[in-house]
Amino acid sequence: MNSSQLFGITTLAYLLSSAFYLALFVFKNRKLGSVASLLAIAGVLVQTVALGLRWYESYQIGIGHAPLTNMYESLVFFAWCTTLFYLFMEFRFKARVVGAFVMPFAFVAMAYASFAKGINQEISPLIPALQSNWLIAHVITCFIGYGAFAAAGGLGLMYLLKKRANNRNLSAETLTGSLPELRVIDDLIYKTIVFGFMWLSAGIITGAVWANEAWGTYWSWDPKETWSIITWFVYASTLHARFTRGWSGTRIAWLAIIGFIAVFFTYFGVNFLLSGLHSYGAS
Amino acid sequence: MTKKKKNPVWAFFASVKLALFLLFVLAGTSIIGTVVPQNEPAQFYVQQYGASTAAFMQRLGVPDMYNSWWFLGLLALFCLNLIVCSLERIPQAWRLVTRDNLATPVDRLRKMGIRKEVLLKHPLAEAEKEVASHLASHGWKTGRRAVDGGTLLFAQKGAWTRFGVYIVHTSILVILLGAIIGSPTVARKILRSPNFAFKGSVMIPESREADYVWAFQTHEKINLGFTIRCDYFTIEYYANGMPKTYLSKVTILEDGKPVILKDGKTTHYLKVNKPLTYKGVTFYQASYQPYPDFIVTLKNETTGATRTSIIPAGKQINWPDIGASFGIINRETLGEVVRRVKIWFTDNKDKPSRFWIETGREAIIERPSGNFSLMTKQLYATGLQVTKDPGVWFVYVGCGMMLLGLLVAFFMSHRKVWAFLHEEKEGETVVLLAGSANKNKLGFEKRFASLVGSLQR
Ligand code: HEM
Repeated sequence: MNSSQLFGITTLAYLLSSAFYLALFVFKNRKLGSVASLLAIAGVLVQTVALGLRWYESYQIGIGHAPLTNMYESLVFFAWCTTLFYLFMEFRFKARVVGAFVMPFAFVAMAYASFAKGINQEISPLIPALQSNWLIAHVITCFIGYGAFAAAGGLGLMYLLKKRANNRNLSAETLTGSLPELRVIDDLIYKTIVFGFMWLSAGIITGAVWANEAWGTYWSWDPKETWSIITWFVYASTLHARFTRGWSGTRIAWLAIIGFIAVFFTYFGVNFLLSGLHSYGAS
Repeated sequence: MTKKKKNPVWAFFASVKLALFLLFVLAGTSIIGTVVPQNEPAQFYVQQYGASTAAFMQRLGVPDMYNSWWFLGLLALFCLNLIVCSLERIPQAWRLVTRDNLATPVDRLRKMGIRKEVLLKHPLAEAEKEVASHLASHGWKTGRRAVDGGTLLFAQKGAWTRFGVYIVHTSILVILLGAIIGSPTVARKILRSPNFAFKGSVMIPESREADYVWAFQTHEKINLGFTIRCDYFTIEYYANGMPKTYLSKVTILEDGKPVILKDGKTTHYLKVNKPLTYKGVTFYQASYQPYPDFIVTLKNETTGATRTSIIPAGKQINWPDIGASFGIINRETLGEVVRRVKIWFTDNKDKPSRFWIETGREAIIERPSGNFSLMTKQLYATGLQVTKDPGVWFVYVGCGMMLLGLLVAFFMSHRKVWAFLHEEKEGETVVLLAGSANKNKLGFEKRFASLVGSLQR
């Protein structure tokens, strides 16, 4: 067994888990939900082993470094964080259907990492600029935040769906009947964003410290930095709108989705559409 | 206070609506600079966008938008908003924290969302002791006051967490202050002292020194006030040819003498991600430049005579003191980096030798007059980025404050517990417990229930 086979199994587990969560959402059969959760747990366990193994493999070929240093590795780590965060949420708040809106993100990230053209899966040695513990801290903090924001975006979508169904008085019998109450979703969105905001802040700060260690500039307004601060502004205004102006419900749900679009652009758009210091996309 | 509130200008800057508006506008306008390439020469914009659009962009400072008057203006407005808004609210928070909660009317307690009545079969004084010690054993240190018809006990936790928000807000100001203090532009134009804060770079060939750097934007020469010497520069590679380490060995000199730094050494290894700081000036390994020249060390093993010098390739060098003549007659390069050189060597006895040696390695040459040891190394200049940023510690402290403040603001709350005791019958005391929390009410409700539950038992 090597790590890429294990990542393959993970991808499959996430695919099946997403399918079962969606089935739970559609058919409202609790057994389906249990299977979905078990698959997600199995997937995340296998992935944890795989991450450890990839780390170990990197030492075996003599370039040892944590598996957090290129586009492939960051996507895999994003999937891991999202699943872990989601499972935490499932256990804490007992809202299982939410998986139908979150696990697909984890699956898509894994599948994209494995199959997209131009994503190098090899373990490659670190260029000098990337040889820093701050890089590790930076990637971990950012991606925990991104995982939470993915969940918040999924929840936002879920809120809007449920709201529409409610408005047409459809909720009890149809699709959205299995979703938690609007009030509960709303509260979850808020908590998730708060959690993500902490980590995004930490991610931006560790990134700044790293840049200062490597280049002597903690902030240079390169496109990736700028987009991360844009994302931060979006969530800061979302939080303020909520606790100082009492926004909730639909508006916050939309902001959760807009926020995640900003996250997505920070992570991908910048690499593929703009140019800058962060070279993840190039490898 | 009340007068200030009526002042419409003050009210405008104190409003959270303005804050929301500014956050959205900052987020929105920041996008421009990620789409339009920044800090290119004027010609670039004319080619890309046409002359009239380019002129318009120049007028709005788009090519350097994060330093443009309007963007800095937005940031200044944001700060003003933050300051005024916080000044407006801190006194309120202060009143909440220092409020005399023992003055809370009992009727208010009866209407609180979180409350519970418990009957204790003790007289008042005894019951009071029991409740107080029960609360104390859970970390609630109560104060007491005799009130109409009974006794009121009160305890609170985390009152100070009300200031968490203001720690966050202040942290933003501290970070921006740090950015201003460390700004080369501010140092040059306002303080009129470019030495106070600068960013620049310098190329130093091996064995040479520099006591100045070239500032980035103005290309001015900035004197360091001390000297840095590059003793040595090298690149290490991975097996697949990717660069692994850029390494400069440097020495700091004052009045021509090597300075012993904090770690007790005079020479220092500079690597990417491992900068060196001296007198507030930080040196970063940033680039390098290979030269066509070589540093050669030649030793006559018989006489012990040694000589080191920089020599060009393709030229015969005569070192009679060592007893030899030599030259570099060919090179094998990878990019600009020389991997091997071909040497022509003679001690003027017998025919000259010709052979390849790797750069950076010592070679022993056996000749009729004895052995010679020869080392060649390509000459490099190391490119150092040099920064003096006296504001960076403000930025770091601000960042720490922000994380701390966010933790406090989001995850800690101000909780209060009251207990009103009165004797209803001889030897029976009714205890009305009530509580409130400014955040995480659900969690507090559970705590409260278990607190009351364990009192009943
Ligand atoms: C991007 C910058 C900002 C960040 C990161 C930030 C952060 C925060 C945080 C963490 C809270 C506490 C939330 C809670 O109660 O749980 C808060 C509350 C608040 N912020 Fe900000 N803030 C920012 C900018 C501003 C600005 C410019 C204003 C100016 C009006 C402002 C006004 C407020 C107000 C009024 C509160 C509520 C305070 C209270 O509960 O009494 N914030 N902010």
